[in-house]
Parts: sequence; C-alpha cells; structure tokens
Amino acid sequence: MEWKLHRRLSVPLESVASLLPGLLDLPFRDGYVWSIIYVSLYVSLLAVTLSTLVSIPVAVVLGFTEFPGKQFAKSVINTGMGFPSVVVGLLVLFAVSNQGPLGAFDLIFTKQAMIMSQFVLATPPITAISLAAVSGVDDGVRDAARALGGTRLDVALVVLKEARYGIVTAILAGFGRAISEVGSVLIVGGNITGADGISKTRTLTTAIQLEARQGQYETAMILGTVLVALVLTVNAVVIRLGDQGVQR
Amino acid sequence: MTIHRREFLAAIGAGAVASTAGCAGVGGSGDGADGTGGDDSAPGVAGETLTLTTTTSTYDTGLLDAIHTDFEEMYGVTVDAVAQGTGAALESARNGDADVVMVHARGLEDEFMRNGYGINRRDLMFNDFVIVGPESDPAGIQGMASATEALTTIAEAGATFVSRGDNSGTHTKELNLWAAAGTEPGGDWYQETGTGMGEALNIANQQGAYTLSDRGTFISQRSEIDLTVLVQGPIEDGPEILANPYGIMAVNPGVHDNANYDLAMAYIGWITSPGTQSAIADYQMNGEQLFFPEAVSENPDFQQYVPDGWSGNSTDD
Repeated sequence: MEWKLHRRLSVPLESVASLLPGLLDLPFRDGYVWSIIYVSLYVSLLAVTLSTLVSIPVAVVLGFTEFPGKQFAKSVINTGMGFPSVVVGLLVLFAVSNQGPLGAFDLIFTKQAMIMSQFVLATPPITAISLAAVSGVDDGVRDAARALGGTRLDVALVVLKEARYGIVTAILAGFGRAISEVGSVLIVGGNITGADGISKTRTLTTAIQLEARQGQYETAMILGTVLVALVLTVNAVVIRLGDQGVQR
Repeated sequence: MTIHRREFLAAIGAGAVASTAGCAGVGGSGDGADGTGGDDSAPGVAGETLTLTTTTSTYDTGLLDAIHTDFEEMYGVTVDAVAQGTGAALESARNGDADVVMVHARGLEDEFMRNGYGINRRDLMFNDFVIVGPESDPAGIQGMASATEALTTIAEAGATFVSRGDNSGTHTKELNLWAAAGTEPGGDWYQETGTGMGEALNIANQQGAYTLSDRGTFISQRSEIDLTVLVQGPIEDGPEILANPYGIMAVNPGVHDNANYDLAMAYIGWITSPGTQSAIADYQMNGEQLFFPEAVSENPDFQQYVPDGWSGNSTDD
C-alpha cells in the first residue's frame, strides 16, 4: 500500500514548485495542495463578496443619514472587528449543528458553513473601513453631485467613487481576515480531506494547523509560504482591478 | 461633471466575475471527489456521505486515508473523516453531527452508550500507550514495569511532564493513570498544552519533558524528535494498564433521525470484516505496525456491545 501512504510520498508538484523554486519534492499527494488552495479561495472570496454586498450599502446609509442610535450602530460594527474568530465559529456551529436552528439544512462540516462564519468575520471590518472612507469624502463633492441634478443613487455612486481606495482597502482587510482565519473554519468545517487526498473543507490555514499538530513544522512552513503568496497575489489583483475600474 | 454610473457598475461586475472565474478554473480538481458513483448499476447508497468523527491518532497516522478508498469504491460513497479527539468526536455525535464514531476512551464511550446516543458498539483494534521522555531520563523511570510507579516517580522528582489537556482519549488515559497512581498532578512541572499528540510530543521534545503518547503517533513522529520510550505498553510486554483499545459505534437513529444509520452500519460491517481487519494489520509506518485488529474473533466477547459492568440482570439500565 505504499502508494496510499499519507503524505510520506514525494510527489513533485509542478504547479506549486513554480511558486516555490527549489522546493521540487513536496511531501504531499497529487492535487492535495491545489485542492486546499481552491477551498481557501472559494470560501474566502465568496464570503468577502457577500460581505461587500452587505457592507457597502450599510456604510453608505450610515455615512449619509442621521438617525438616533447611529453612534451605537457604529460601536457595534467596531466591536465586531475585534470579535474572536473562535467565538464566531462556536456560534455558527450552534446554528448549523443538527440541534441548531439551521440544523435541517445539513450545513455542518461543509464549505457553506465556513462561508457563513467568514462572512460574519469579514463584514465588520469591511463595513467599518468603508464607512470611514465614505465619511471622509469632502462634503463639496456630494453637494456638487446633487447640484448637477443627480439622484440619491447618483450621489451615492459619486461618493463611492471618491472613496474607492478606502473601499478597496476595506475589501482587502476583510479578505485578509477571512483567508487567514483558522479557529472558526476548523470548528465548523471539520478540516476534512477525502481518502484520495482532495480537500473538502481543508483550507491552507487548517492544513498548516494539521501539519503543526503532527510536528511537521517544515511542511507547515511551505504551506505558510503558499498562503502568503496567495494573499499577495489576490491583493495585487484586487488593487489592479480597482485602479482599472476608475481609469476607464 | 458627468456621472459614470454605468462604467462604475461594469467595473464592479467585471471584478466579481473575475474573482469567481478564478475559483471555477481551479475547481475542476476539487469537485471531482464528489462526482463518484451515481450510474444505474451503483448501489442505493451511492453518492451519499458518511460523516465519521474520530481521534487525531487514527487520522494523523494516515490509517484512515489508507483504508477508506476501499470502502468508498465498494459503496460509491464519500467518507468525511473529521479528526477531533475523543471528547469532541463524541460531542459532535451527541449533537447529531456525525453518523459513526471511532474513539479510544472506553469510559466516555460507555457514558455515550448509556445516554442512548451510541449503538452497536464493536471492539475495533488496539495498540498501546507508552511513556516517553528524554534519553537522559532525569527522574530515572527507564524500564519500570509499572506505569503508575513511573508517574509517581516523575511527580516526586518534579520532572517536567507534558499533558495533552484536551479531553482526548490519551488525556483521559493519562488522568486515569494519575488517579490509579494516587497522585494529584499539579505544579510547575505539570504542563497542560491543549494540543494534539504530535504537538505535545514536540513540546516535550523541546523541553526535555516526559509525556504519555499512543504508540502509533510516537512511531510516526519518532524520526523527528529525540524522545525515547521509557515505559513500554502491553504490546512490548509492558503493563496492561497502558492498553489502548479503539471502539466504533453507530449514532442512534432513534435519537437523531438524520443520522445515516444504514451507511454507518455498512461501515461498521466493513471495518470489522476480516478483509479490512487484515488491511489494518498490514498498515505500517517506518516499518512498524501501528494498529492491531481485534474485531475478528472466535469468542463471542459480549462485553464489547455494552457499557462496562453492564449486566442483563441489572434493572437500572
């Protein structure tokens, strides 16, 4: 059964090797590293996309309107930024567990449950930083847009455009929180990889945790390098997209 | 000043499409795992998923990955093995989040059965625990025939001892040993780490400390650490108290009606079958056998089905 031996087999992964020149012999099975990269990106990008769709309208509404309790709403969001991820993981676990309110949907140990917990984690920083960016836009810009006959939506879009760098920063902060997260995705996802070595709910962070648990600090470090490279790449792509979206 | 609303939305849209396209491209390899089975000739359970919560020792040694392919191919199903440690594995099952549990702490298993959560328990396999420590052996326990005496000696010497401290099967065994030794562990020398076995071994290694380890994890990690076995378990003629039996149970569908009981029983049948039992015996790491099967036996051994001390004559159960 030599071919099945867990992570004892040296499989040259051309793909990752191209990211890490010099490390041709990775102690992982074929497809393993790619599948955990896929799960990491899938979960974090979807969660951050959902968070952004919720956060930006909330930031715009909070930034543009005055209402009683606005300060309180802001403090809630700011508190959310420091919410411990393990606690979020436990709350989502209670929600999706068979005994919980969402138990009927069978979400425990799935990517969907991981997306839920990352959504909860990423939304506060995205909202708070977007809000700061939107609030920082000069009042003159808003007044000018309104004076030119813009509707409320037009005004909002003008302000968002002015605040674009802050909002990109917000999204990247949310992504950073999501992809580097270990505690909650471990609890709700279960860190599952199939017998064929293809990840179901194992992310780069939980894979690193698993290697560390086994005392394989070197392979853990390799995966850590992959994670850092991935975050750098996504940041570069998002910043580039943000620039292009404005220049055209 | 003109309002570029359309362009702005187009940019956002393009960004969203680009980000999702990225995952779809890589996703081809990831989704393949779920696509097994499903043709007309496949068994009725094909495509279903069995959730097994288990201990870190069965998972981290690579045993489950090595044997599960056979079960998955036989039934056309997927086994999701969640490595949690015995306490957490039973808790997940108690919440109805698992179909079958494979753990190694008979006391906790018995409680799980008595509370009605687990049924159809079988003895699965065993190995043993060993007390490991630095070669210098500051407390001088090398070769002791009694595990409890060794622990008492460590405590009296105040030599550093690393405890798992995570309610795992190994941690439970360690606490039982302290109780049997009549020694209350505590003080600077006793360190609860709250980590898995591999990490605990590494911490002990770095501190020149003693710890209790299951033999499987110790063997799989021995090449990377300087610790050595000081008190052997029963496999190497050590005391019986260091035995480490693994049991397997189905989650009671009478308590959790969403439990995949059919598949859980198919799994228990498969893993206790002569074929799989010999595959477990054949599984080696660094040239050593890690687990010793015990499900196939000529003797009836009724005790494996019921909590310890249970008797057909007793009325309270």
